[in-house]
Amino acid sequence: MITTAQAIRIIEEMASIIQQNKDYLTELDMPIGDSDHGINLARGFQAVTTKLPALADKDMGTILKTVGMTLVSTVGGASGPLYGTAFMRASMKVPGKAEVDMVDFMAMLEAAIDGVKIRGKSIPGEKTMLDAMVPAMEALRAAEGQSPAQMLAAAHAAAQVGVEKTKAMVATKGRASYLGERSIGHQDPGATSFTLLLGVVASAVQEG
Amino acid sequence: MVGIVIVSHSKMIADGTAELALQMAPSAPIRAAGGLPDGGIGTDFQRIYDAIEAVNGPDGVVVLFDMGSSMMTAEMAIETLADPNVRLGDGPLVEGAIVAAVSSIMDHSLEEILAVVRQAGEGHKF
Repeated sequence: MITTAQAIRIIEEMASIIQQNKDYLTELDMPIGDSDHGINLARGFQAVTTKLPALADKDMGTILKTVGMTLVSTVGGASGPLYGTAFMRASMKVPGKAEVDMVDFMAMLEAAIDGVKIRGKSIPGEKTMLDAMVPAMEALRAAEGQSPAQMLAAAHAAAQVGVEKTKAMVATKGRASYLGERSIGHQDPGATSFTLLLGVVASAVQEG
Repeated sequence: MVGIVIVSHSKMIADGTAELALQMAPSAPIRAAGGLPDGGIGTDFQRIYDAIEAVNGPDGVVVLFDMGSSMMTAEMAIETLADPNVRLGDGPLVEGAIVAAVSSIMDHSLEEILAVVRQAGEGHKF
């Protein structure tokens, strides 16, 4: 489904979509956070792109682990350890692989979710990236048996619905938690960025 | 002596907290790891990792943090070091740093220092 060469292109595309949405993500973070989500993630993914040429002949596990470690080292905000952990946990599911299929991808996303829960000491419903990740995972399970493109499209759609639902949630994690009730009405930047990243995977597989 | 690392989003908070603790305990092995390399607000994995290594010895290190991602980034640095004697301190940053520094120069153990840091966060200021 996704070879290492395609994975590298997907990661490049992720860097590009984060760059394009840098200001948007930062604007979302302004009323409820510390106005740095877009800037931080863009810096992290920019650093990731500089590592990609050296990863061309590496296996999927090594590629994803390097992405995770680079994000941890360069993002500087909460999304560094969270996305870093997510990519590193996902990498542990595909060591040595040259290509991943939908079964691998589901295992990767599940591992990433577990990692984010532990790292952020968070559960769904707390206005975090988990509120996009967990619905995406549920949609993948519900769509099992369909084509990879259909499954990923369903996951992406579920993540988008999840993002919308974060607007009604009260933040209890991260900087937004200091705002309490005032966080209601704003969509979560982390759930939004995750949905953008998942959208890149879904489009890549769509194109076949 | 147990080493102490002060992690904050702000370089000034980390440096200032270390400065205050050193006033009470000038010989304490304490390092500040605040802010990003470009001077911005944030927590830097490498800066925290290096600060821990700089004060790590046979007695271990307690890492104090302010909030949010500073805890997550500190946890990742600690996991990467994989040294059971490097631990997160669960207490307020400023008060925790002072009690940790004073306890460190009195040669208290890592466990004792973790306990006084936790105690510093109990109860109210008045």
